[in-house]
Amino acid sequence: MAYISKRNLRKEKEKQTAADNRRELIAAGFKRRDLLKMGLLTSAGMLIPKKGLSARPLNTRGSFDDDEPNSPQTTPFQELMPRLPVLPQVPLSSLNPQPTAAPQPQFGEARTVAHQAFADFPPQRYYEMSEREGTVLMAPQGELPPQTIWGFNGITPGPLIVERYGVLGRPQDGSILLRLRNNLPLENGGFGLPSVTEHLHNGHTPLESDGFPCFFMERGQFYDHHYPNVYAGVKSTHQAQGGDIREAMHTLWYHDHRIDHTAENTYKGLAGAYILFNEFDTGNENTGFKLPSFGDGQNPLTSFDIYMVINDKVFDNQTGLLKFDLFNTDGILGDKFLVNGKIQPVLHVSPRRYRFRWLNTGPSRFYQLFVLGPNNSTKSFWQISTDGNLLERPVQVNSSRFSVAERVDVIVDFTNDAGKTFFLENRLEQEDGRGPTGDVLGAGQGDKILKIIVDGPVVPDNSVNPATIPAGTYFYGFPDTNDAPRITRTFRFERGNGQWQVNGQLVGGCEAPPRFRIKRNSVEKWIFQNNSGGWQHPIHMHFEEFQTLSINGNAPSGTGLITRGRKDVFRLEHNMEAQVYFRFRDFVGRFPLHCHNVVHEDHAMMVLGLIDDVGDNKTQP
Amino acid sequence: MTDLKRRSLIATLGAAPFAVPLLAHAQALDANPKFKQIPSRERIRQRYFPNLELTAHDGRKLKFYDDLIKDKIVIFNMFYAKCEGICSPITRNLVRLQNLLGNRVGKDIFMYSFTLKPKEDTVAAMKHYAHMHKVKPGWLFLTGSANDMETLRRKLGFVDPDPEVDKDLSNHIGVIKYGNEPMERWGGCPGMQAPEWIAETLSWVDWPENLAKKKENSAKAKANGGGK
Repeated sequence: MAYISKRNLRKEKEKQTAADNRRELIAAGFKRRDLLKMGLLTSAGMLIPKKGLSARPLNTRGSFDDDEPNSPQTTPFQELMPRLPVLPQVPLSSLNPQPTAAPQPQFGEARTVAHQAFADFPPQRYYEMSEREGTVLMAPQGELPPQTIWGFNGITPGPLIVERYGVLGRPQDGSILLRLRNNLPLENGGFGLPSVTEHLHNGHTPLESDGFPCFFMERGQFYDHHYPNVYAGVKSTHQAQGGDIREAMHTLWYHDHRIDHTAENTYKGLAGAYILFNEFDTGNENTGFKLPSFGDGQNPLTSFDIYMVINDKVFDNQTGLLKFDLFNTDGILGDKFLVNGKIQPVLHVSPRRYRFRWLNTGPSRFYQLFVLGPNNSTKSFWQISTDGNLLERPVQVNSSRFSVAERVDVIVDFTNDAGKTFFLENRLEQEDGRGPTGDVLGAGQGDKILKIIVDGPVVPDNSVNPATIPAGTYFYGFPDTNDAPRITRTFRFERGNGQWQVNGQLVGGCEAPPRFRIKRNSVEKWIFQNNSGGWQHPIHMHFEEFQTLSINGNAPSGTGLITRGRKDVFRLEHNMEAQVYFRFRDFVGRFPLHCHNVVHEDHAMMVLGLIDDVGDNKTQP
Repeated sequence: MTDLKRRSLIATLGAAPFAVPLLAHAQALDANPKFKQIPSRERIRQRYFPNLELTAHDGRKLKFYDDLIKDKIVIFNMFYAKCEGICSPITRNLVRLQNLLGNRVGKDIFMYSFTLKPKEDTVAAMKHYAHMHKVKPGWLFLTGSANDMETLRRKLGFVDPDPEVDKDLSNHIGVIKYGNEPMERWGGCPGMQAPEWIAETLSWVDWPENLAKKKENSAKAKANGGGK
């Protein structure tokens, strides 16, 4: 007898129920044609299997399937993929009141903690953004009504912040200040809490500016974020050099982090992208690592470094408006895929190399992206980073997997592809908020999220060809992991009585004492555990990157450099235990460690800790 | 599609959960291929708050949306009286919350516990349970037909996507949910969280005048050198 797993048995039973349902519907007087017209039946005669009416007892949003029907139909690959607008600087004189190290509650500042590194790294450049309501079109004109979103400066994704580290030895030159204002409306149109806090994911940022989930900014208030943009070690292990260059970060993002309400607020649009260049990753393909030029970020003839903010959403079938499942605790999946704010858009490129920066803003879906070519071929590409941190060298891959909040920088070489069409295709099967099933679909069977047409003019390409890079380290080496940890801590991510927990405990709240205390300028080893075969969790630590020491007892191998790369999100898969290595340097303050499936995060899958000069010895915080 | 056909569909499917939305879907396609302008508050009501008839532990018959949810700030959870797990600790925790919230409970804030075992939890059993836990007015324990209670549980998201796990009722009692219906603010938190923290959580969805007052007080505290 063929081996049938429990899972498949369940699927078989569901299929049977679906068939029964279909017979009932037809018996009730619905013609097959009616069902087809209503979008409830596939041409093969099965009831729509994933969403819409199906046999599954619950849909991906934790309710009856039929209760949360598919999004209205949209025509894919009509709209151009927008390039993110770059946020312009503002003069210091335009900021009223003038920024100070001390919080300014008398002028409506929400911040309560003084900037700890203002004197060391005084801001050199200034930015200001307003979190406010905006109206956008996400589908081709007429297919979906205009959507009311909440965005930084009223757009989603928010403006791209493009900044630069100070050169080695002059860390203070990277320092900026970003003033955010909360101009969100009282009325939310169905979801969203107009009380916010903004996290720069994953800057090495003094923690009062990091976007701690409890540091709320209410309507009408402002909050000054001081981003020194310094390499870790700048005030400790690598003070003389101005920080450890091996800790350079290049692809970051910013998003709302309001405790208990992050999922709805980011889903409503409060997320944007952030790039850091330096004298190696310069943004100019004629210098440094010679990565494809950023240009002005807009001109297709000079801008070959393209940030792609990817997310999935669902739209109300009756009103056509963005819909958020208010009572879901498992994770929310959308059936529409957006890149830079448009559903399934089109990108025109020239026959040359491009750097794409992929970010998944969630809320709950995991991706495995392939570049699908003509005749269901799969085009290989070069992965150059994990979570925005360059690997030691580019690694040739057929796909990259990333969960919520993870970033992947890749180089795709279209040099010999003039006239061809490609798609970014997600082939990772995921049926509900628990995480992917583990099955990777065949070429052409997945969801195509972006169409790429190689019909741009021939333009010079001075970027490095990864295929020609000699063996050895090309970018930065990885930091060593030789120093003995001061402490090893274990974090078990689990579910009890339908409630998320870490080490059997709840988040505890903003006023509770920190669950654990890390000693500044120390090394720690952490063990992440997931004993569940049903759930996966993207585990995110703020403030410092980590390196993976082992997964299920084995040193990282297989995909080689990719599993060894510096990360700020650990993809904790089924029944997995991982050991990771952290150095906590330079700054102090409160921070969260949490699941970045934002629905889990909002239901208390979070630990609030503190970095200070004392530390503690809790091995299971 | 004729009305007859629609009616016969409903009759055939009976209590099958997809009857009503399917009808709505059909109507949407029949009437207008484009979209309806429905206020978001109304869509939330349609999606989550069926106006089912429930019976409270004081014997009153109440409509779920009209009498329990509409125009109110609410906190609700699932329970069953003969529960050996964390039902009782959560109920005791919520009693502390009720005391913290004081005379607002029953005035503009309302607490509800819906039974997972409508056959066992009769009015008398619920009354006994409420009395045993010294529950005060403004907090109702509620039951209804088995079908209705199941519909409510699913609508309000006390579910697990794994059908096997979903069968274990103890998996539906760890979370409480809360919201402000007219302001369209909804959230959830662990039932065993400190009552002070649950009260704080609830304050985020409070009426605009209370939010403004809170902001003013907090600004004063900060200006006086307080803060976290």
